Amino acid sequence: MPTVLVDGQEIEIDADERLNCIEVARRAGVEIPHYCWHPGLSVVASCRMCLIQAGTRNAETGDVSMVPKLVPGCQTPVKDGTVIVTNSEVVRESRARIEEALLIDHPIDCPICDKAGECLLQDYHFEHGQSERRADIHPFSSRRRDVGPTVTLFVDRCIMCTRCVRFTREVSGTAELMVSARGAKEEIDTFPGFPLDNKLSGNVVDLCPVGALGDKDFLYQQRVWFLKKTENVCGGCATGCSIVTEHNQDTVYRLKPRENPHINKWWMCDEGRYGWHHLHDATRIVEVSHRNHAHWNTVEWTSALGQLSKDLNDAGRLGVAVSPMLTIEEAWMLCAVARSIDPDAYLAMGHVPSTGHDESFPGGFTIRGEKSPNRIGIEMILSMFGALTENSTVPEWEEFLEQIRTETVQSAWITAGYPTPETSWCDEESAAIFDNMNCLVVQDLFRSPLSKRATWCLPAAGFAERNGTWVNCGHRAQTFEQAIRPPAGVWPEGRVFWSLLGRQGLYDPESIRETIAKNSVGFAALSGDMPSLGVDLRLQQVTGT
Amino acid sequence: MKPSDPGITWIDEKPLGLAERLYLPLFIQGLATTGRHLVSKKNTVSFPEQRPTIGNPLIYRGVHRLNRDENDRVKCVACFLCATACPAHCIDIVATESPWEDREKYPESFQIDELRCIFCGMCEEACPVDAIELTSLLDLTGKSREEMVFDKEKLLSVYDMTKDAEPMKSADLGGTL
Repeated sequence: MPTVLVDGQEIEIDADERLNCIEVARRAGVEIPHYCWHPGLSVVASCRMCLIQAGTRNAETGDVSMVPKLVPGCQTPVKDGTVIVTNSEVVRESRARIEEALLIDHPIDCPICDKAGECLLQDYHFEHGQSERRADIHPFSSRRRDVGPTVTLFVDRCIMCTRCVRFTREVSGTAELMVSARGAKEEIDTFPGFPLDNKLSGNVVDLCPVGALGDKDFLYQQRVWFLKKTENVCGGCATGCSIVTEHNQDTVYRLKPRENPHINKWWMCDEGRYGWHHLHDATRIVEVSHRNHAHWNTVEWTSALGQLSKDLNDAGRLGVAVSPMLTIEEAWMLCAVARSIDPDAYLAMGHVPSTGHDESFPGGFTIRGEKSPNRIGIEMILSMFGALTENSTVPEWEEFLEQIRTETVQSAWITAGYPTPETSWCDEESAAIFDNMNCLVVQDLFRSPLSKRATWCLPAAGFAERNGTWVNCGHRAQTFEQAIRPPAGVWPEGRVFWSLLGRQGLYDPESIRETIAKNSVGFAALSGDMPSLGVDLRLQQVTGT
Repeated sequence: MKPSDPGITWIDEKPLGLAERLYLPLFIQGLATTGRHLVSKKNTVSFPEQRPTIGNPLIYRGVHRLNRDENDRVKCVACFLCATACPAHCIDIVATESPWEDREKYPESFQIDELRCIFCGMCEEACPVDAIELTSLLDLTGKSREEMVFDKEKLLSVYDMTKDAEPMKSADLGGTL
């Protein structure tokens, strides 16, 4: 097995692994500072921050011969016998000089810079820079220009690492950004008439190691050190990107991608990134209301649930539409509740919003046309409950509507939770089918033609307000935590179904997940602690049997 | 620490001498202290009829003010460092892009809950542009809690009120941002 020597530590790597010095040093617990290198982008070795000493050890004699000058760690591949020195006086001196050179041109406007607190220039200067400034110039300029609808550029904060330029060329494939001019006058810019306007543009802000690229949506909203981070999953489409929800005092401020090699790598799309605003929309349903003919009453949750299940009991055959926005734990509980009310309950998939076509990018990122995070998970749960049509597929929303139309079910429970405050997911026409129901329960984020016809209108929770497991289009199940509390008056679906099942105490998705894993071969992998990168349900089935 | 701890040295009370046992000498000594204070210079003032004198206004920590720059705009750049440093969490800032060409960011709203404030002066120390300062105004009263939450306009008016008596503490450092 090839062995690499990092600061005297022997690190063994696999024979077919192609690593550079930064990656192999990280395994040894040594952080080599770097700006321009990013694992998802090509190597340019232009920032010179990762300069280290490298050499080879002769396997027979054990003699070490070093390269006579410093080499960039990002561009130097390691092989058996490579020797890396990252903590010598020469390397430390080099880093301090690079930091000094970068800071000569940098407007040190950290107090008003949104990146302050998560800025690599700050961190590396603190760790590797010198405490005093030798240059007697104090540049301050706030030259700023918009490079696109979502991103703004603070020109003089840039350290010219060109990560953003490479991103638009290699990952989004749109190549809007470029470096204009040369030498000390280098600047990031766009071509006239071609602004940075692609569906992945928000990623350049995450990539920027300094505060040069700012996200207009987040600009000046909050200082980063106030933000609490919760590992979440994006509910925007069937890809189910791993994300971090950054929030403070029950308000979400931004979403960031979380590195997951199996799903989204380092990226996420703008639709998902800015797709949290509906959580704080003023028009959300925040109370339980009961309709008596044309008259609406607000009801307390505790009394509402008892009354609601009594209403459903007396209303004939029950049909339940299980929304693909629900987690599998919630869906399982909903099906169990439905079957306890009516053992013959008709279970079907809820409405699956879709644009009809997937969008792929050269960097291997795909935005799915199917705009719900958990269709596959819901299908598996429904088949666990035997809710199958004659050709053994799960009944879809259209088939559910058909059942209502033919009046084979007389009462219905529709779960929704679609994040679309502007356009309702259900039009007047399909909502009119529900006119003659004995009892209609609608659980949704926003009012719709359907909720107008409901007997019971219940509020639903948004993606950051629930916890549980979603299964993405690649059959990868990811468990996530609740980031913020829902608005006052809203119970997340899990809590509602938990109390309808008559369970005691707080809603505990883990116990439900354990039950699901025990009762279904497909979900067997969900037993026990879930890794943060998720598990592939298909793979686990193959190896498990 | 237990009473038996070797780190403790136990000392017996001194036995009473003759003067102490006679009582009267100590009684007279006490009265003499009272008499001396009756005629000596008073350190207290009859507040609020009389105002106390502030020793050094530069280091006194009274009501906050928000300084203005040379164009009479609020000097604060909304960096949140005072709110970060504040141990009482009494500062609430909403930042936004400034309407001015030469400035990038400014506070849309700036509120200090004076009832919550413990007047430690950390905000003043944290401020990178010397925008927030503690004045030597010491009597802070109000009829409601809402009134005691000072907003930007009120804090600026404190500056207008005190700028002649107390110039900016480090005016020559101003305008760095």
